[in-house]
Amino acid sequence: MSRTATPQRKALFTLIGWTIGLVLFFPILWTILTSFKTEVEAVTTPPTFFFFDWTFENYLAVQERSNYFLHAMNSVIISVGSTALGLLIAVPAAWAMAFSPTKRTKDILMWMLSTKMLPPVGVLVPIYLIARDWGVLDTRIALVVVLMMINLPIIVWMLYTYFKEIPGDILEAARMDGASLRQEIVSVLAPMAVPGIASTLLLNIILAWNEAFWTLNLTAAKAAPLTAFIASYSSPEGLFWAKLSAASTMAIAPILVMGWFSQKQLVRGLTFGAVK
Amino acid sequence: MTIRIRGLATGGLLTGALLATTSLASAETLTIATVNNGDMIRMQKLTDDFTAKNPGIELEWVTLEENVLRQRVTTDIATKGGQYDVMTIGTYEVPIWAKLGWLHELSMPADYDVDDLLPSIRDGLTADGKLYAAPFYGESSMVMYRTDLFEAAGLDMPDAPTWDFVADAARKLTDKDNELYGICLRGKAGWGENMAFLSAAANSFGAKWFDMDWNAQFDSPEWNETLTFYVNLMNDAGPPGASSNGFNENLALFQTGKCAMWIDATVAASFVSNPDDSQVADSVGFALAPDNGLGKRGNWLWAWTLGIPASSEKVEAAEKFIAWATSKAYLELVAENEGWANVPPGTRTSLYENPKYQEAAPFAAMTLSSIQAADPKNPTVDEVPYVGVQFVAIPEFQGIGTAVGQQFSAALAGQITVEQALANAQTLTEREMKRAGY
Repeated sequence: MSRTATPQRKALFTLIGWTIGLVLFFPILWTILTSFKTEVEAVTTPPTFFFFDWTFENYLAVQERSNYFLHAMNSVIISVGSTALGLLIAVPAAWAMAFSPTKRTKDILMWMLSTKMLPPVGVLVPIYLIARDWGVLDTRIALVVVLMMINLPIIVWMLYTYFKEIPGDILEAARMDGASLRQEIVSVLAPMAVPGIASTLLLNIILAWNEAFWTLNLTAAKAAPLTAFIASYSSPEGLFWAKLSAASTMAIAPILVMGWFSQKQLVRGLTFGAVK
Repeated sequence: MTIRIRGLATGGLLTGALLATTSLASAETLTIATVNNGDMIRMQKLTDDFTAKNPGIELEWVTLEENVLRQRVTTDIATKGGQYDVMTIGTYEVPIWAKLGWLHELSMPADYDVDDLLPSIRDGLTADGKLYAAPFYGESSMVMYRTDLFEAAGLDMPDAPTWDFVADAARKLTDKDNELYGICLRGKAGWGENMAFLSAAANSFGAKWFDMDWNAQFDSPEWNETLTFYVNLMNDAGPPGASSNGFNENLALFQTGKCAMWIDATVAASFVSNPDDSQVADSVGFALAPDNGLGKRGNWLWAWTLGIPASSEKVEAAEKFIAWATSKAYLELVAENEGWANVPPGTRTSLYENPKYQEAAPFAAMTLSSIQAADPKNPTVDEVPYVGVQFVAIPEFQGIGTAVGQQFSAALAGQITVEQALANAQTLTEREMKRAGY
């Protein structure tokens, strides 16, 4: 850093930082605030900010009508399951591509990414028919597999980028010092790759948690996760904004808390890569 | 090597996971797909009555927002997925699906009294004399207006107003400085959004979607008159940003006292006159949708109905449920628990003859007249080849209706002229119909 950070400069950047942060967070804050209003208060113009009669009635109504824990449990199983399964496949794949690249590696990576370019609805009917024929409609296993496949290109790409930054020389040095393959992987490679794997894991759990196309289309009553729980409170005929906000708050709460706790890991993984 | 072995292991795990199926539903669990509307939520709360009377049948609910539900149940029924035993579908789907053989014919018990169902609703659910879905609640559209504002302005709303009167009153009552708008109408694009209102209004101007040979009619002077009237009126007396307003946005505006008139679904009557939800509850009046002296009023007709997909294997139990949910006894059950004003409206003649209902629901007479004034088989002034008041009951209509709705929404927003919007609508409808083989 050649420029000195004067107090004014610092204050300015803090202010800008806070402003951007608040703007980004505002929709979530507004959802949370609305969830504590009555339905009439929720649609009043001009909208009330903090000075309204705070009420828990929406949370009670939502709790009474829906089985939140069933949906939350489905969300956890589907997001964690699909990410774990994805990592099992992606780690070896990315490892191979990063450390033993061939002249086709770049093409393969591009081809994998190209599967993300098709709008999901384009393959809805074939996937629905396969799920129907295999008898896995409205089961968690179908969603675990489908979401794993949807997110696999991202997982592979992220891991590939991290692994690529680990210098092959370090591994070679370990080998020169007489490390076995197991030692090489567990003691040398793994510690360096952990931040990358961890941030990939976290990001993909979040992606899978928020996925709302397949989770709505392949489920009915039994495997429906929190996305379906929110969708059941949206209505084109009737104002249920406060209840919808309460349902949304309940749906994002677990992932928000998880995000908070793992913030450091996420930011580090996303910004620095595997090796500084 | 390790890598290859791991890859194989993962592949094996994946195959194993795929083969493991976990659908072990009990024989008599009915899965019911429904929309998130007040009446449906009430039904979910009251199902103990059904399960007590029908031991051995359990109910599982899938509640979804209307558009998500439509996509979901259409995928399921078209691929014979068999995930649902009872589906909540609209009057648009029933004739199309019945024709395709996707719905079970309903055979109701003797005490169900099919003849008590309102004829204009029942007709839309019947094909070749067979009933394919039972109406849960029905709705039309009507004018809701602020009696206090009309009185203050010295205006007197007739029970059956004309479009000229409505436009005139709307312009007089508009006070944009105080955020009071003479009329709130739908502008958000969609076949069930602005096109529901505009297709119904167009009928009263003598316009139609197609002539008897299925030729698109947007180049007709009647459509020009309809759209010009609508765009001018909304520019003069409508709220700002009306091109993104749908039912909920207008409901919020009306309930907070920003609209002098609102023409929309009759089901809104119970919302705007409920003091818990509405700031203007004590000064709301109702009138029939306007006309133009051509013998047709600009109101639509819709019903949410319950049907059984052909892929369901629990037809008998599903029929029992539908008979329960759409019976006279169910209306009484709701009245007992929630009051007569909350009974699902628009399905049975006997409900409108019930003095207790008439007393509890001041909008009852107007709702019934509106429903009776709509005729899905003869929706407009001229003879047409299609069924449906605010829609055309052919599978292609969802796509065409929404595309035309986008043109009309753009005209309302001032992005294109009325003439351009109609010319575009004509071209795109002709193209889609040709592609569909008409």
